[in-house]
Amino acid sequence: MRAATHAKWAAGALAVALTATACGGGGGSGGGGTDGVLSSSWGDPQNPLEPANTNEVQGGKVLDMVFRGLKRYNPKTAKAENMLAEKIDTKDSTNFTITVKDGWTFSNGEKVTAKSFVDAWNYGANLTNNQRNAYFFGQIDGYTAVHPDSGKPTATTLSGLKVTGPQTFTVKLSQKFSTWPDTLGYAAFAPLPSAFFKDHAAWLAKPVGNGPYSIDSYTKGSQMSLRKWDNYPGPDKAQNGGVDLKVYTDNNTAYTDLTAGNLDLVDDVPASQLKNAPADLGSRYINTPAGIIQTLAFPYYDKAWNTPDAVKVRTGLSMAINRKQITETIFQKTRTPATDWTSPVLGTSGGYQAGLCGKACDYDPAAAKKLIADGGGLPGGRIQLSYNADTGSHKDWIDAVCNSINNTLGNDRACVGRPIGTFADFRSQITQQKMPGPFRAGWQMDYPLIQNFLQPLYFTNASSNDGKWTNAQFDKLVNEANAETDTQTAIKKFQQAEGVVRDNMAAIPLWYQNGSAGYSERLSNVALNPFSVPVYNEIKVS
Amino acid sequence: MGRYVIRRLLQMIPVFIGATLLIFLMVNVMGDPIAGLCGERQCDPATAAQLRSQFGLDKPVWQQYATYMGHVFTGDFGTAFNGQKVTELMGTAFPITIRLTIVAIVFEIIIGITLGVITGLRRGRPVDSGVLLLTLVVISVPTFVTGLIVQLLLGVKWNVISPSVSTAAPLGELIVPGLVLASVSLAYVTRLTRTSIAENNRSDYVRTAIAKGLPRHRVITRHLLRNSLIPVITFIGTDIGALMGGAIVTERIFNIHGVGYQLYQGILRQNTQTVVGFVTILVIIFLLANLLVDVLYAVLDPRIRYA
Repeated sequence: MRAATHAKWAAGALAVALTATACGGGGGSGGGGTDGVLSSSWGDPQNPLEPANTNEVQGGKVLDMVFRGLKRYNPKTAKAENMLAEKIDTKDSTNFTITVKDGWTFSNGEKVTAKSFVDAWNYGANLTNNQRNAYFFGQIDGYTAVHPDSGKPTATTLSGLKVTGPQTFTVKLSQKFSTWPDTLGYAAFAPLPSAFFKDHAAWLAKPVGNGPYSIDSYTKGSQMSLRKWDNYPGPDKAQNGGVDLKVYTDNNTAYTDLTAGNLDLVDDVPASQLKNAPADLGSRYINTPAGIIQTLAFPYYDKAWNTPDAVKVRTGLSMAINRKQITETIFQKTRTPATDWTSPVLGTSGGYQAGLCGKACDYDPAAAKKLIADGGGLPGGRIQLSYNADTGSHKDWIDAVCNSINNTLGNDRACVGRPIGTFADFRSQITQQKMPGPFRAGWQMDYPLIQNFLQPLYFTNASSNDGKWTNAQFDKLVNEANAETDTQTAIKKFQQAEGVVRDNMAAIPLWYQNGSAGYSERLSNVALNPFSVPVYNEIKVS
Repeated sequence: MGRYVIRRLLQMIPVFIGATLLIFLMVNVMGDPIAGLCGERQCDPATAAQLRSQFGLDKPVWQQYATYMGHVFTGDFGTAFNGQKVTELMGTAFPITIRLTIVAIVFEIIIGITLGVITGLRRGRPVDSGVLLLTLVVISVPTFVTGLIVQLLLGVKWNVISPSVSTAAPLGELIVPGLVLASVSLAYVTRLTRTSIAENNRSDYVRTAIAKGLPRHRVITRHLLRNSLIPVITFIGTDIGALMGGAIVTERIFNIHGVGYQLYQGILRQNTQTVVGFVTILVIIFLLANLLVDVLYAVLDPRIRYA
């Protein structure tokens, strides 16, 4: 009896195995369909997919395909150009009158009007909606009423926003900000259809926007299928049939899939594969500058770093880092040694100044050693560089930077890396001002303006001023620059402010980061925009 | 037997509470998860406070735990940071991982035990030495190395399989990942079976069975194998839990959106609800698998009785 049960078991297991292998015969069914649909690697967005709630690149990718705002940043030049905006007028850099182009609709047929924008912005700013990007609306008058620092909001709409006609609305800012219209290309400022407010859960399950693609199906955590929206009224229609975004558990796997021909586009070539990518992909590997700069920030709340002499130590440390060698060996030229505190994607006209840092960013061990000694040596005799060890290849370059510093000082224990397990913990230690020494600081621009590289990072108590650096002269210059009505004069002022950052070596600029991507033979006309996101609508599929 | 099973099931309750409490505290020690939600900038204090109260993080830990447990008993495992219900995540992740584990266990049983029996009966012969050497190699090479090599050879160079598993993860695509996942345990099963068989082969009842004139296959399957399987069953039973929770590496390599992937992501984002929920279920599976093993003892060896 028992033997019989045994036999049954074995037979059952065998049968399972056999059917399984039979199924396994197929497999490997190419990258995408034949109708010009391409497949692209993706990561699970961290936050719910709403325009004012998405602050990382994976969600941003989708918003870039599904939404068009008043302005759009030119994928090549990074200039803010009118998209839905007919015109944005101002006389005093405080009051703006915005006219929305006629003839635009959402993919569900609803007309895009001034109200679509005002409702969306009011939703984004309101504290009760928990939007991560709410502070983008912080410059609009009445923000503190809908988004107080503590307590409940006293208003539900921004008093600075008024709909004045079907296609026009006015914006009143709480202070002068001449380049404000150029920030409107950021995804948080996208218009929203009334369906978003009527049935929020349904909208989240399948977002509806006004961009060149519409979402065909969305399985959270695994795949999103976007298809070309044929009635898209804009000038930048999709050149392909659609995009299938596939969530990968690991970017190495995505890369392997690309080399095996199962995936068309990888926009995040893993660090470990950078060396092989040119050989594997040839001309199908792209490596273009993006608006990202990596720096080392200092804890100015720690007295040791906040002395008049500490500037010499910081400058010395900067000169002790062999940027060229690190960017070439570790990053395979996907980073460029930084010589200022902005990014080359701004262009000289946008405020980028190559070589601003001067000698202080050149590798010069002798001078570095002398400067650090003059400044009183490293606080406590050694420094710890903090970084989050969970993503990127931060450990590799932090160790290399430390190595470079140690060699310069002839002391093996002068600099050590201090890994922190998760990004969340890293951020929370920064917020609680618990950094025991310099730490990794990366900045990806929200919009291509010199203002975005300076104000959030170095203005007193700004949101990303993680080291709590403060300088009255810098603050004054930034305020003056924002009040300036002429863009070129404003940029000049910002450059003066950047000079203050340089003179104090507020943070050590390390390198400008490139975006890197690889694609299959089916694709052509693939490019990355200055935000290191592929310009999907221009990709051609053969 | 029935009373034994009931007693064991009741014992699971304190284990369950203890395990969830421990995990809850461990994830909590990792610090404030909200700070990681705003990218390279500080969340504005009002939004951070709002998010904290939405996820219940503004309350003391014991109160958080109490509310969480209260919800768990009504079947609500909370919400992940991206707005998805944890039960929804479980609904997609567990079937995939269970499928993967079944594939792995089937490989362990079929290949592992077969090889074990063959080598155990032919101790010292070339087959035995060969398989022993092979298992040694498999045990000493880490899973991620095996996984990446298999993926590169079969997936990229020879194009036999697709290097990544599709979202639906049908059984067919899980054969190779399952084999990789099973490889180390498979080697252990082989070695365990071999030793056990070799030892029992010399025992009196086997000699008696042969003396009775029973055919060889009957001696092996009915007498020898059944008695030799007890340590193997113990190993495989505990391995079920280990395979389900420990598939993180294999799942990442082969792009399988299962439990390991969800756990990994939950830990990276310090999402208490996801991590505690998934681990709790894993603990239950582990306990049930162990109970099953204990019950199987009695089936295999009538001398073992539970009262």
